Amino acid sequence: MTTSPLITLSKVGKQYPKLTALNLIDMQLNQGEVLGLFGHNGAGKTTMMKLILGVISPSHGEVNVMGVAPDTKAAWHMREQIGYLPENVSFYEHLTGLEVLTYFARLKGFYPKAAKQHAIELLEQVGVAHAMKKPVKTFSKGMRQRLGLAQAFIGKPKLLLLDEPTVGLDPIATADFYQTVDQLKSQGTSVILCSHVLPGVEQHIDRAMILSSGNMLAIGTLAELRQQANLPIKITPHGLNGTLRHDAHLLKYLSNDESDSILKVPEQDKVAMLRYLLTFESICDIDIDKANLEQVYQYYLQQNKNVGNDKKLSAGA
Amino acid sequence: MNQILAVAGKEFFDGLRNRWLISITLIFAVLSIGLTYFGAVASGEVGVTSLSTTIASLASLAVFLIPLIALLLSYDSFVGEQESGTLLLLLTYPLSKTQLLLGKFIGQGGIIALATLLGFGASALILYLQVNDVEVLRLFSTFIASAVLLGLSFTAIAYVISLAVNEKSKAAGIALLIWFFFALVFDLALLALLVGVEQGVSQQGLTQIMMFSPSDIFRLVNLAGLDSSDVNGALAIAIKSSLTQGQLFLVLITWVMLPLIGANFIFMKKTL
Repeated sequence: MTTSPLITLSKVGKQYPKLTALNLIDMQLNQGEVLGLFGHNGAGKTTMMKLILGVISPSHGEVNVMGVAPDTKAAWHMREQIGYLPENVSFYEHLTGLEVLTYFARLKGFYPKAAKQHAIELLEQVGVAHAMKKPVKTFSKGMRQRLGLAQAFIGKPKLLLLDEPTVGLDPIATADFYQTVDQLKSQGTSVILCSHVLPGVEQHIDRAMILSSGNMLAIGTLAELRQQANLPIKITPHGLNGTLRHDAHLLKYLSNDESDSILKVPEQDKVAMLRYLLTFESICDIDIDKANLEQVYQYYLQQNKNVGNDKKLSAGA
Repeated sequence: MNQILAVAGKEFFDGLRNRWLISITLIFAVLSIGLTYFGAVASGEVGVTSLSTTIASLASLAVFLIPLIALLLSYDSFVGEQESGTLLLLLTYPLSKTQLLLGKFIGQGGIIALATLLGFGASALILYLQVNDVEVLRLFSTFIASAVLLGLSFTAIAYVISLAVNEKSKAAGIALLIWFFFALVFDLALLALLVGVEQGVSQQGLTQIMMFSPSDIFRLVNLAGLDSSDVNGALAIAIKSSLTQGQLFLVLITWVMLPLIGANFIFMKKTL
């Protein structure tokens, strides 16, 4: 087993005639690591996936996946070890679920019998085995998405690239999906999850990368990002009623924009604040709300916008 | 190889499933049997007419039908998968673009070839049983072989269209125009050239120009061996020229290979 990263992007950029899709991206992904890739539509998420898949070539910089450049012929065997779920894919409507999956398994190098066997196992794993003999055109959105996932799991890939994997899945299926991701991760599979920020994704990713119009705004573990962003923790004490407004120390932290019982406390003041709150006799409960991924994401986007505006202003002046 | 076969198998079974094979076979069979028996109704006879008349009328019908069917079958082969997103997915598989192209060509070409063989072969067999003349089999095998090549040629042309555009509707439009061009415009232009421009083209030159249309080569292959009384127009002049049937077949095969190579070239350049 190698210790070198599974994927290395160094100063990677992708330029189209009229637009810069990606700009100076540096990134590494290790084996067994799950990276969340976040950004709005058109932020460059799909472009980055295509670069890693070798479907397109970078305009600048170097992409290295499992020791080879993915857009060369040498990357041939690497492709057997990559699973990809595209964002909007509609499989061959007139084929049955089993036929679709058997076809893709054969293209991954399975021989006919083994391909069918593997396809059935995967369909059972994602929970559409009951409908595998029905044509895909009769599938619901969620079932199609599960079929797509099964397709990405063909051949136990070492690297999974999933573009919006939970779109169309109901909460239970989403939970099932994340469980599968955790399981694959423990088996040493690396995963890149591409998504709009979704609640529930944060427990399942090791690191997050935030993209906006082709630029990398931030990359790191959630804790690192939170620290960099220095977002306050929201503390909601219950039972104090009016006391909050009358206490000079607490008043400093009181947020004005939201409901008047939430305190916004910087990370480093958290424990001190809790101690202070506990001195009140009447307190009966305390809610602590760490900044979640969505807020961190919003913060970085906002930050980026401000920088952009500043640049525009200085350019105008 | 496993991958090429997988693609070919899928395309072939698609052709079976959506009734392409059966409908094309039926169309060809009905037409050829009909022409064989009722081709001479206009001159007051019913029954097996002269062999050369039959082949001549079959050829002039097939030259319209086969390209149309091949284009219809294959025009959305790539652009359709591009629109549904599976083309991008396929390209992330350990499958080269050439393998995908070849696989599709073998599968869909197989449908066209089999339908041609079964459809026209049926009437050849019936005719042979009626007249018991080996000449029937000889002429029909030439006819069927060239018809298959004509079909494959237009399948490859359809791939060029399908890979060159990014919208299915555009591909359909262009396919129709291509068909119209080779079925009608090319010959009309040729005729205009012959009639309108005095001393414009020599017999040799005319035959050379005809090599630019797979439809005309197909006609030449089939009509060259017949009594010239059943053949008229520009063709009659061209037939008298010196190309042998073998050479004509070679040119027809070139007309299969060139578009296929062209399609492969476009595919290599194509970004998704």
